[in-house]
Amino acid sequence: MNAQGFAHKYGDNVDTDVIIPARYLNTADPKELAAHCMEDIDEEFRQKSKPGDLIVGGLNFGCGSSREHAPMAIKASGVSCVIAKTFARIFYRNAINIGLPILECPEASENIQDGDEIAVDFDTGVIQNLTRKEEYQAEPFPDFIKEIIQKDGLLKSLSK
Amino acid sequence: MGMTMTQKILAAHAGLPEVRAGQLIRAKLSMVLGNDITSPVAINEFEKAGFSGVFDREKIAMVMDHFAPNKDIKAAEQCKQCRAFARRFDVKNYFDVGEMGIEHALLPEKGLAAPGECIIGADSHTCTYGALGAFSTGVGSTDMAAGMATGEAWFKVPSAIRFVLTGKLGPYVSGKDVILHIIGKIGVDGALYKSMEFTGPGLASLSMDDRLCIANMAVEAGAKNGIFEVDQITLDYVKGRVNREFTVYQADEDAPYDQTITIDLSAIEPTVAFPHLPENARTFDQIGEIPIDQVVIGSCTNGRISDLAAAAEIFKGRRAAKGVRVIIIPATQAIYKEAMKRGYLETFIDAGCIVSTPTCGPCLGGYMGILAAGERCVATTNRNFVGRMGHVDSEVYLASPAVAAASAVAGKIADPRKIMEKKEESR
Repeated sequence: MNAQGFAHKYGDNVDTDVIIPARYLNTADPKELAAHCMEDIDEEFRQKSKPGDLIVGGLNFGCGSSREHAPMAIKASGVSCVIAKTFARIFYRNAINIGLPILECPEASENIQDGDEIAVDFDTGVIQNLTRKEEYQAEPFPDFIKEIIQKDGLLKSLSK
Repeated sequence: MGMTMTQKILAAHAGLPEVRAGQLIRAKLSMVLGNDITSPVAINEFEKAGFSGVFDREKIAMVMDHFAPNKDIKAAEQCKQCRAFARRFDVKNYFDVGEMGIEHALLPEKGLAAPGECIIGADSHTCTYGALGAFSTGVGSTDMAAGMATGEAWFKVPSAIRFVLTGKLGPYVSGKDVILHIIGKIGVDGALYKSMEFTGPGLASLSMDDRLCIANMAVEAGAKNGIFEVDQITLDYVKGRVNREFTVYQADEDAPYDQTITIDLSAIEPTVAFPHLPENARTFDQIGEIPIDQVVIGSCTNGRISDLAAAAEIFKGRRAAKGVRVIIIPATQAIYKEAMKRGYLETFIDAGCIVSTPTCGPCLGGYMGILAAGERCVATTNRNFVGRMGHVDSEVYLASPAVAAASAVAGKIADPRKIMEKKEESR
C-alpha cells in the first residue's frame, strides 16, 4: 500500500467545522461534500488539489465534531493520505473506519512544506519527501488497523 | 497494578479480567446513539454492508435534533430516512419532533444512560454520560453502523488524567466555568486520547447538571471520555429513571494516572473562552469592553433546567440591551415544560428574549441564529471555532448561562456578579 502526491500544508487544531462546515451537512453524498472540502480554511483547496495529493497538519488534526463527513469529504477529494503530528481521536478512528490512510509523524509534519512531493509506504511507515530528498519514519499501523484499511473500511472488514 | 474507572468498565464490557492503557479491545455496547446528521451516513453504510437486522432494538437511540424541526428540504429528507429506518427495525428509542430534545440532555433524562454502561454515539458530545459514571464516547457514523449491527465496537484502552475537586463553587459560578477553566489550563489537546476522571470532596457540591456540562466538554480537551465517580447525587438522579440493573465501578487505589490535577472549586471565577478555541479561557480581570450582537443560551452543554434558572434569575425585572438578539433554547420538552411552570418563559419573553423548541440549530451554525460577518455572540455552547455559528469572520465567546444572561443585559460581555450587585444596590 502506497501513496504519492503533493502536500497541502495547514497548522495546528484544524477542526472538522473548517474541513466541512455544518451548513453542508444536510447531505451525506461524498461528491457534494468534497465540493466544499476545506472551504472555510482554504478556499482554493478544491481548485488546486489533484487526485493522490496529501494533507499535512500539525497538532490535534480533525478536532471537534464527530462528523464522518469530514474524512469522507477529504477522501472524496482524492486525498491519498493525511499526515499530522497528532490527530483528534474521533477523526482518527473515522478515517480508519472509512479507509482513509492517516499517519502520525511529528518530523514529517515539521519538515514538509506546502507543495512538496511526498511518497508514503504504509507497510513500513516510511514517508519520503521527494522535493527535499528527506525521509521520515512514522509508526506503521498495527495489523488490526491495517486490515480495516486494506479492506476499505470497518464494515467491509466485518462482512468478510 | 489497578485500573481506572474507565478501564474497569471497558474490561467488564470486553469480558476481560483486566485491561491496560494502549490495549486494543472489542467491547459490548449498552447503547448506540445517532442523530439526524450522523445517522443517515450510518444507515447508508449499514445498508451497503447488507446487514439484515439490528443487534437489539432497545439499545439504539436516534434523536432528530440537529436540523429539526427541519431547516430545509435536504434536512427533511435526512430525517425521513432515519424515520424509515427506525420503523423498519422497530427502533424503540427513536425521538422525533414533539418527543425529541437535544440528544445529550434527552438520554440521561429518559434513563437511557446508567452508571457502568458502555455507550457510543455518533456525536462528539456523547461523552456527556460520563457524568453518570458510564463509559461514553463519541464515534463516527461507520462505528454507529457497526454498533447497530453487531452490538460491539473496537477501542484502544485510554490512560487517564485524574482531577481531584476540592472546595465549593461561589455564587454565579457553575460547571461551565469549571470546564472552561480546566480546558484553559490543559489545552484543546491536553487530554488527547485519554480519560478525564473526576473525583474528590468537591463533587458533593456539584449538581448533576453541573457534572453533565463538565463531562460534555471533555472532548474539547481532546479526551476520549470524561467520567465522574458515582455518589448519592448520581444515584438520586438515576432513581426512577433507570429501571434496569447497573454496576457502579470505582477506580482502584493503585490505578495508574498520567497526571493528577487538583482543582479548588472555590477559586474558580466566571470564565469566558475567546475565539477561536475553547482553550482561550479568560476571567473578567482579563476581559475588556466587548460589545455583542447575539446571545444563545441552550445546547447539550447548557440547556438544562438549572441553566435556565440561572439565566432567569438575571433576566428577572431586566431587559436585554437594545441591539442584542437573545435566543433561549430549552434542551428537551420536559425542561421546556418545567421552565414554563416556573415562570421562566414569561421572564425571558418580558426581557425581550425569544424561546425556541429544542434544537442544536445555532450551536453548529445550522440555523436559528446564524451570525453575519463581524458579528459577536456570547453562547453557552461548546465550540467557538472559525465559522462555527455562521460567517468565517464572526466570533463566538463561550460562557455559562449566568455570564450569557448578564452579557445580554449589559450589551457587552459582563460579569453576572456585577450585574446582580447593582440590583442589590437599587433595592
